[in-house]
Formats: sequence, C-alpha cells, structure tokens
Amino acid sequence: MRNPLAITGAGAVSPAGWGAEALMSAIRTGEKPPPSMIEREIGGNRILTPVLRVPTAGATTPKFARLRRASPISKFAAAAVAEALGGARLAEVTAGNLRVGVIFTLTNGCVNYSNRFFAEALADPAFASPILFPETVFNAPSSHLSAMIGSTSPNDTLVADSTGFLSGIDLAAEWIERGDVDGCLVVCAEEIDWLSAEGLRHYSPSYIPSEGAAAIYLEAATGPAGLLKLPDGISLSFHTKLEAAAKIRAQLAPNDDGLTLLVDGRAGIARHDRAEAAAWADWRGPRWSPRTLLGEGMGVSTGWQTVAAVEALARGHYQQAVVSAAGGNQQAAGMLMGTNKACI
Amino acid sequence: MAYFSDSPLPSQARPVVITGLGIVSPMGRDLGENSLGFRTGRMAFSPVTLFDTSRQRVATAGQVDLPDSVPDAGISRKAWSRMDRGTRLAWLAARDAMAAAGLSGGEMPMVIGTSAAAMPVGEEYFKQAHTPDRQRSRQLRRVELYQAQRQMTDMARTLGVGGPLRIVSNACASGANAIGQAFHLVRSGRADCVLAGGYDALCQLVFCGFDALQALSPSGIPRPFDAARDGLALGEGAGFVIVESAASAKARGARVVAEILGYGAATDTHHLTQPHPLGDAAWGTMQAACAMAGLMPEQIDYINSHGTGTPLNDIAEGNAIQRWAGEAVGKIKVSSTKSAIGHLLGGAGAVESVISLMALEGQWLPASLNVREADAVCTFDLVREPREASVRRVLTNSFGFGGANATLIFGKEGIR
Repeated sequence: MRNPLAITGAGAVSPAGWGAEALMSAIRTGEKPPPSMIEREIGGNRILTPVLRVPTAGATTPKFARLRRASPISKFAAAAVAEALGGARLAEVTAGNLRVGVIFTLTNGCVNYSNRFFAEALADPAFASPILFPETVFNAPSSHLSAMIGSTSPNDTLVADSTGFLSGIDLAAEWIERGDVDGCLVVCAEEIDWLSAEGLRHYSPSYIPSEGAAAIYLEAATGPAGLLKLPDGISLSFHTKLEAAAKIRAQLAPNDDGLTLLVDGRAGIARHDRAEAAAWADWRGPRWSPRTLLGEGMGVSTGWQTVAAVEALARGHYQQAVVSAAGGNQQAAGMLMGTNKACI
Repeated sequence: MAYFSDSPLPSQARPVVITGLGIVSPMGRDLGENSLGFRTGRMAFSPVTLFDTSRQRVATAGQVDLPDSVPDAGISRKAWSRMDRGTRLAWLAARDAMAAAGLSGGEMPMVIGTSAAAMPVGEEYFKQAHTPDRQRSRQLRRVELYQAQRQMTDMARTLGVGGPLRIVSNACASGANAIGQAFHLVRSGRADCVLAGGYDALCQLVFCGFDALQALSPSGIPRPFDAARDGLALGEGAGFVIVESAASAKARGARVVAEILGYGAATDTHHLTQPHPLGDAAWGTMQAACAMAGLMPEQIDYINSHGTGTPLNDIAEGNAIQRWAGEAVGKIKVSSTKSAIGHLLGGAGAVESVISLMALEGQWLPASLNVREADAVCTFDLVREPREASVRRVLTNSFGFGGANATLIFGKEGIR
C-alpha cells in the first residue's frame, strides 16, 4: 500500500470574493455574482462582453515586492496560495524547514500583459516595454510564488485545458512519493482580458468568462480530504469526450449512497455539459456545479471544484467527494477524495 | 502517472534508456543533417522571413527551412494544415524518434515542453480582432488552434499515441524538464515508455520581447563564453526522444542509444529574468543529477551548457560549473551549441539533449563557435572547434526565465 496523501489546505479567489469561504457561500446560497461589461470599439462598432470579475474589495494578496508589477493572475494566485499554505507552514518554508514544491496549471495565462506587449510591439517595437514581456511568459506567476514563499524546490507550470488542475495534483503526488518535496502547492489561476473573453464567447455566447485562482496543499497525511483515486486523464486523441468522461466515472466508481458529493464541471451550456451529463446521468446523490455560478474560468474552473469538494469534506458534510471534469480539447479527468488511513 | 491509494507504490530506480531520437533545428531537418552541421562547426543563422523585423535592432535568427507541403504519407493534408509551425516542427521530430525506436504508436504518455507554443496563431487572432472583419468561424478556429493542448492532442492522434499528455511550460528549461519528468515516470515504474521532447517556433511577440530586453546580440552572432559577448540569437526547432525502461527495450529488441543516468531540477528565486550570479540553482541541479547518477564531476566527459551568450547567464553558469567541479574543472569539456543554432527557448533543453546524445553516439564534441577571447570564468576546457573525443557520459544544462533550472546526464548503456 502507498503512504496516505491528503489535501490539508485550500484557498480560492473567485468572482464570489477572496477566500474559500466566499466560494462556499456562493455555492451554499446559489447566488450568482453580478457580471460586468468589457467594452471596446472597433471600426465604429461597440463590442460588449459580459464577464465575471474578482471583486476589488477584500483583496488578500500578500505584500511582496515582485507582485507590484505583476498582472492580476499572479496576485490571485498569491492570495490563494497564502490561504492554502497558512501562516505557520509559510514560516516553516521560509525558515528552510519545509521543502514545498509549486505546480501551476493554466490554460490561458498572462493575457493582460501579452495583449499590451504585443500591441506595443506592433505599434513600434522600439517602445515595447521590457517590463511587460517577462510577465507574458507562462511560468512567470509560478516563479513569483516560489520567490514569495522562499522555496527553491521544483516548480513546474503545466499548460492544459480546464482539467489541468487534476493533472497537477497527480504530479504533486509523484513528487511527494519520491521524496522530492515534503509537500506541494498545486495552483491554478486565470485573469480576464477582452482578448480572451471574446475568444471564449466564440465557442458560445452563453459563456460568461470569469477569473480567479484556486490552490491546494498536498502532503503525506491522513484527513477528511485524503486522496483515494486519481486516474490518468483519458486523452481525447482517440476517445470522444463522451467516452472519456464515462471511462473516468468507471475508474472512480464512487458510492452513490447519498454520502458522496459530486462536484462536476457542468456550466449550464448543453453542448459543453453533454459528456459529463451523460457520464453521471444516473447520479442520485448530492451534486454541485460551481461553473454555473462562477462562470467559465478556463484553467481555474476545476480548481474551484476541487476547493469546494475539499471544504465540504473538511466541514464534515460528506464522507467522500468526487471531482469530475471533461476538458475542452485534451482529456477528461476526475478524482475521488475521502478519509484515508495510515498504512499498517 | 495516476494515484490509487490502495495500489502498491510503484517500484523505484529501475534503469531507463533512450531508444529513439528525432531533431529538427536550423541546422537541418533530421539527425544526419544536424550531425554533419555540428561536426563541421557550421552556423545556421539567416534573415527572418516569418514576420516583419524591419523595425527591430536584429533581423536574423536560426530559422528552420520548413516546407508548407505535407511531409509524410502518415499525415493528412487537413491535419497538417491545422498544425501551427511549432507543432509541425514537433511532429517531424517526434515521428523520427518513434521510427528510430521502432514504435508506431500506442498508449504511452507524452511529456512535452514548450514556451511560446502556438503563439503565431495567437498573434493572427490578435491582429484580426483589431479589424472590423472578425469572421466568427475563423476567429474560433484560431482560438482553438492557439491552444497547445489542442495542438499536442492532434499530434498524438496523427502519431497513433493515445496516452495521457503533460505539457510543461517552464520557459527555456521546458524541454529538459519534459525529458526529466519522462525519466522519472519510467524509472519509478509508472510508465514503460514515454514520448518526450520540446519545441518552439519563432514568433513575433517573443522576438520583440527579447529585443526589448536587449538580450539579442546586435550582430546576430551569439558568442557564448566570449569575454565580449553581447547577447543571444533566437532559433526554433524541436527535439524528441523515446524514454523507455531498459527491460522494455530489451524485451522488444530495441536498439539502445544511451542510458539516462541522472536528472536534477530546482528553482532560482533570485529574479524573474536574471540568474543568481553564483549560479546557485544550476550548481544544485548539477549536484543532484550527479548524485542520482552516482558520478563525480570528473567522470563527466562533456557539458552541453545552457550558454546563451548573455553576459549574466554565462557568468552564472560558469561559476556554477566551477563550484560543482572543484579542482577537476580544468578537465571538464564545455560548449554551447546555441552559438550555432540560437536559443530554441522551450525546445532548447530537448534539442540540446538530442545533440548531446548524437555526440555520445558519434564520439565527437560540438563547439562553442565565434569565441574570440574566452571569458575569465572559463576555467573549464571550452571546446572552440568541433573535435573527435572519447565520450562516455554527457551532461546538459537548461535554465529558464522564472528560475526553472534542469540538468540531465546521459551515458553509454551500462557505463554507470
């Protein structure tokens, strides 16, 4: 048997607010945050794009020099990490007593600065800002996180569809089992910009783009959010999304006994939801679909699902929880969590 | 890959070998062209024709001669047309690696490094979004094809590979990290065989970015480890390898190119774009890789350095090599192949791994070209001309923006 692994910390930033509690409150009440509009004009035409932004009030981004120039994605991620890690553990990391790895997953990344930098480069490359460019790189946010917590342990950024967060947890488990790190932060974050928001709505005008971050801390431990099953994602290279989602359900094989919570990736958009709706059509137990409230967060959506599941388990509301996600163009994935036991 | 709490812990530390190589670089589109180019000390820089450089300080780079036509009966015209330039480079190198290993697909995982991914598609989307003619279907296609995971999933399909996909984006260390992660998957028993590598294509945003940082050599000629070096040259390309357990390779009678002896990864938190001046993280990854391999520095016959040709990188790496090698530093042969093909960013670590493996197979060393007077940090044996040599173990370094550092060590099978 393997040594038990458990998620012992979680943090979130979402359109519902800063902190996992704001996320849970939105799920509990079912209240959708109010969208705002991004407006721009092109050729005399106004383009309006509704988006769900993280509220400015209540920001919990830690003070750290590198974050001053960073774009929102890094600030959201830093706040989620600070919450997931907690003050005591952070002190242990910075003192060099705890080796903490960072795995950052994203789909879209640092689009604000990419947009600004490329516009400057096209207008006149001689005036393109050298300050903006480094922040356009996919792994800039994760670099800031390692610097912020003072960790020289491995740090990886994974580019993936919305299921990437679960692949990140899989990699974190590998690092911990191999002894590379004592614990691992798995983080996902996205930020809104007109460029990506309009891009998402090319898929369907029903999508409301959103932003934020989610983070979990995984370590060798027992607890209510123990890792029970985390199968490989089923690639869409040779499976339809329907087949892939069904295979994930079969591998997770959770008990539908009313004590297991399903936190799925449905967004309330029929075409998007088809695979998961079919895979879990007979599920009678409790079921949450955070995307229907929080909008389409791309790379962060499955992170919010995971944090919601972890919080539900930590509060003793359910015995087990399943996270299910059928990504847009890479894979279907899922994870089963619940109380785990130490090896005898 | 995969975690099931009630399953046994995968075995640890089984031997891992490379059974196939593929490379596309400015030097050429296959192993033969690349081997010939590096053995003869050729440089492969040319004017950039992919985008407008008329207002840049620099107008040359290591650009691959990549025809638009479908290269192989194994891929349809439609599939090829959907691939961005970077994925085409990756596809060619991955195809060659699989063919060399005698594989025609299967359920193996893919671990792939990239930094810019399909950025040229994103650039086109950006430009179109600023025009009144923003036809939805074309913009949707660009949004979809811009995404690296979509491109790599399509690549997997056309290569017949059905396993899970992991895309590592650790800037310029991405390709090395991808091979290192594949090594760990096989070493621990999580996978028997992994298709791993890295790629990046030239694109305007990144070219402008490095120019804005004044990181590009104004002459277009990079001189890694030269005392008066003034910057890097960008390049493009892809390198892929088949990472396989020795047992699996033996069972199917595959030819073993080399054994992967060690891998180290660490994070340099000094600055987003500047390494620690003493190369702390680089020293750490070389130490870790050697410890895993059970080797002393003097047992390393050749280092393919990160060697960008920027003032700060080469000093940091040189200091790290000195600290790591200690008194043996004078015996360590070092060169930077970026002097010949440029910095391939997310593809660099994988392409330089393939170059190192070619050197190991062919018993030669590629050179650091264009060095007029070596920097004082070069207390090691800087290889300034290609040479024949006895090569048993090679080490390759890759360092990226954000502080991602990686070291890989390869050796002749059974040399450990």
